[in-house]
Amino acid sequence: MAKITYHTHDNKTHTVDVQKGLTVMEGAIQNDIPGIDADCGGGMSCATCHVYVKEEWLDKLPTKEDGEEDMLDMAFEPKSNSRLSCQLIVSDELDGLEVNIPSKQG
Amino acid sequence: MNKTDVLIIGAGPTGLFCAHQLGIIGLSCEIVDNLDKAGGQCIELYPDKPIYDIPAIPECTGEELTNNLLKQIKPFNVKFHLNERVEELKKNQNRWHVKTSGGVEFDVAAIIIAGGVGSFEPRKFPIKECEKFEGNYLFYSIKDKSIFKDKTISIFGGGDSALDWAIELSNTSKVNLIHRRDGFSGAEASVQRVKQLNDQGKLNLFTKYQIHSVSGDKNINSIKIKHDEGQIKEIESEYVLGFFGLIMQLGPILDWGLNINKKTIEVNTENFETNIDGIFAIGDICSYPGKLKLILSGFHEGALAARGCFKYAKPDEKLRFEFTTTSKAAQQRLGIKK
Repeated sequence: MAKITYHTHDNKTHTVDVQKGLTVMEGAIQNDIPGIDADCGGGMSCATCHVYVKEEWLDKLPTKEDGEEDMLDMAFEPKSNSRLSCQLIVSDELDGLEVNIPSKQG
Repeated sequence: MNKTDVLIIGAGPTGLFCAHQLGIIGLSCEIVDNLDKAGGQCIELYPDKPIYDIPAIPECTGEELTNNLLKQIKPFNVKFHLNERVEELKKNQNRWHVKTSGGVEFDVAAIIIAGGVGSFEPRKFPIKECEKFEGNYLFYSIKDKSIFKDKTISIFGGGDSALDWAIELSNTSKVNLIHRRDGFSGAEASVQRVKQLNDQGKLNLFTKYQIHSVSGDKNINSIKIKHDEGQIKEIESEYVLGFFGLIMQLGPILDWGLNINKKTIEVNTENFETNIDGIFAIGDICSYPGKLKLILSGFHEGALAARGCFKYAKPDEKLRFEFTTTSKAAQQRLGIKK
């Protein structure tokens, strides 16, 4: 288990235990955290699981695969700390990760 | 009014195979889809990506799968209504009347919703003031390119649509192309062409910029764009185009009184009927305990939903289970000559 904190757009903070090996997207879906749609189900095909990663965590994350940046072009208000949460696999290194969920996904 | 046994909403792989299953048991159907072609997510999201988990097909692309499904349902002459989105639903005695966005009407015994994650709609700009110009001076698709002749146009996006339109319109208009990063997802040849046009002064390319505001009263006068590092630039612009791909929206189906849970429709697993008699849901849009969002699950759901429709379409007949290998009736429906 790793603790992941999701800050939702309504200024609420949700800290949940997410099983290692799941993605940050799945952690949000399983815990009913609002604001992550994940329409394509984790296939890096839709950009509706877009999150902003807290700056200090950015270089601890797995690097973007081909295609993630292309999908982020489609995301709602992408920034330099944008990631697709379906591509972030939870591990010991990510224990304590904090992400902000955008006001909407599209 | 189009009268048929079953209306299938959604022409993705699940909807297409369901049409086959209806055809085999002797029911007629027509298919509505909001996109301009059949294939759904397979065509819109990953036409070239290989799929490896279709039973007995070790590898195929979304496009190949779609083409094979279309070939498989050819004997049934299924009528497609593309570029149409279902809007209204009315119960009329024991039949359903459905009306689409384009005014096409259907009189059917049952409805099968195979709508994926909803209908595809263009993604829009994040800023509110864009709405008042939408359809007149701000567009997410181009229907009539002649209106842009000799005008100043700002195009946003980095995919093929943005690049292709920037290149084409730069012949007759003053084009600004604005994209959030230096890299593009569109074809490399188009990226090179855009850079070349920028160097020749035939197009203005702004990278690492995003939209900040749009100003104008009735029409657009100028827009402001904001750099990654914060500086804001004002550029003259009469038209604004945004190409950010498509997003899926459930749309009017939400108002039909179906039990909806997290953008999916609850069904039973006996015949994939919803809480409303005569309305079925299959594929990614349906939910039940253990649901897997796989194409193969959609095929199974479609086979059962098709049989579930039978009692509504032919209330006085009994459906007999048959195999296509031995059923004369099924083979006749498939047009097989022996």
